[in-house]
Amino acid sequence: MAEVSIKNISKRFKSVMAVSSLSLDIADGEFVVLLGPTGAGKTTTLRLVAGLEKPDEGEITIGGQGMAGLAPSARDVAFVFQQYSLYPHLSVFDNLAFPLRSPARRIPENEVKERVNQVAELLRIPHKLANRSTQLSGGEMQRVAIGRALVRQPSIYLMDEPLSSLDAKLRADLRLELKRIQEELGATILYVTHDQIEAMTMANRIGVINEGSLIQLGSPRDIYENPQSIYVAQRLGQPQINLLPAGLLPSGKLPAGTQTIGARTEHFDIQKKPNGEASVDWIEHLGDQNRLHVNLGERRITTLIAPDSNLKSGDRVALKLVRPLCFSASGERLG
Amino acid sequence: MSITLSTAHSVVEPSSLAKRSAGFIVILYALITMAPLFWIFATGWKTPPDSISYPPKIVFGPSLEGYCNLFTTRTRQTADYINALGPPQGTCDEVTRRREMVIAGASNYAPRFVNSLIIAFGSTFLAVTLGVFSAYAFSRFKIPLADDLLFFILSTRMMPPIAVAIPIYLMYREIGLSDTKLGMILLYTAVNVSLAVWLLKGFIDEIPKEYEEAAMIDGYTRLHAFFKVVLPQAATGIAATAIFCLIFAWNEFAFAVLLTSGEAQTAPPFIPTIIGEGGMDWPAVGAGTTLFLIPILVFTILLRKHLLRGITFGAVRK
Repeated sequence: MAEVSIKNISKRFKSVMAVSSLSLDIADGEFVVLLGPTGAGKTTTLRLVAGLEKPDEGEITIGGQGMAGLAPSARDVAFVFQQYSLYPHLSVFDNLAFPLRSPARRIPENEVKERVNQVAELLRIPHKLANRSTQLSGGEMQRVAIGRALVRQPSIYLMDEPLSSLDAKLRADLRLELKRIQEELGATILYVTHDQIEAMTMANRIGVINEGSLIQLGSPRDIYENPQSIYVAQRLGQPQINLLPAGLLPSGKLPAGTQTIGARTEHFDIQKKPNGEASVDWIEHLGDQNRLHVNLGERRITTLIAPDSNLKSGDRVALKLVRPLCFSASGERLG
Repeated sequence: MSITLSTAHSVVEPSSLAKRSAGFIVILYALITMAPLFWIFATGWKTPPDSISYPPKIVFGPSLEGYCNLFTTRTRQTADYINALGPPQGTCDEVTRRREMVIAGASNYAPRFVNSLIIAFGSTFLAVTLGVFSAYAFSRFKIPLADDLLFFILSTRMMPPIAVAIPIYLMYREIGLSDTKLGMILLYTAVNVSLAVWLLKGFIDEIPKEYEEAAMIDGYTRLHAFFKVVLPQAATGIAATAIFCLIFAWNEFAFAVLLTSGEAQTAPPFIPTIIGEGGMDWPAVGAGTTLFLIPILVFTILLRKHLLRGITFGAVRK
């Protein structure tokens, strides 16, 4: 394991700026998640660290060593791809042993066996080792793919949405497992996803990325509670944050220059009131939570309410904001 | 009127009548295409008189004469000379003496057959090897003018190869490649390589490049990754391509007639030159053709599974 430092890297594909002067330091043993929509430059960043792409500018160091011009095989990184992660012509055992048998390592066969068995144990797939990789279920395949990264002890694990092709239940299971394994091994991981839940649950730090730039970097709590811009605020929280013009709702004293107010569930105080200015449009019962849709003039506000709430559609309600997030006209956070 | 619904009826499962008619058509087609093959096979076991009798003999007493004549050259001798010889050695000797002849030596069939093997397998190996490397390059790297190059490669097949027979004949004579195995291997490779590049490019395009990237991150060089990851997954395409190349090189007749006469002559131009007394030795021709079919038959059967998948490959998107 080693610390990884990315300094001002840029990468352009023809007319598209995929990554623009992005800097990021990852400490030894840290789990950093890059969160952003499709096309934000997350995958390109990973590929730059792995050496699959050459940066146009900037430099990457792993364990203090400059990586410029080094081939992927010389970088001591492991990569988990979103898909196509297993070699279909090899058994599960051979897939896991593949990195260890590489010409760059040439580890003796008895040690290969030992390490593959260890990892299989860790991932709870020892009974699948003899299977052909094409006979596995999606969840097992992805476990093996993660295992193939884990058999080595690289400086850093790079993971490109490894859970996105799985169904919701498996995704939740593997999320927990991956976090457990990371803590057990003290692994350094740079993980890329567009799923805010994965980012919130696994990361030590989240980097929110958009159009090739790192917009905000911080702990999950920090990113959620103190977004520095409207963009970051919109990336986190379910249902998505409500953006309202300042002064639309009573909200106490706001900082000067507030143009837009961001309000999540915890910022609302909702009271049933016969002459309230808003009306309940619809309540979605999702089982574990109830989503309340409120019409406020032309606007629609979505928030959560307690399952035992007695609100029903058509009710008039009064809304009040409690210490909401305030943004300037340009979308910057104001205290 | 009543409508019976049963689970036996299915929209996607063909009805038994449809299955039976399909089977009938396939069998009929197979019989029609196999009739000449059967005729050649049967002729190989006939005696020369039986082979040209009219009406043709469907039922006949099998004879080894065709196979004996195929592998030997014979000279006519007087009955006294033959009687003076000791007892016949082996079946062929006996069969030959019955026609008042003796075996004078081995025929050229065996060396011609070996030439065919060397030239066909050699050119197939070369064409597929060149094809798989070029296809990989076209598939994975940014090559300037790649589309034009691919079109150029394809354009070599836009006229029948035999159209350039005369220039090739003159060229080969000039540089001393006439009637050499190397010359024939190069020629068949040149004809097959465009097919190989195009076929294999399709197969390699379908292999996600993530596999090689994963291998390269895992400590393999690109060349290692190519051999360890790409080649095994392209096995189906390589097998299908190899069969197509081999069939062409194995059966090629026109260039073989034109460019080879001795040293490097292949079996196809040799077989029709087998002449017996008073005309073609049809049983020997039948025997020679039957044996000639065996290598390609074995090769195709060995790679049958790959071939079937290879032909339909890419037809259905997963």
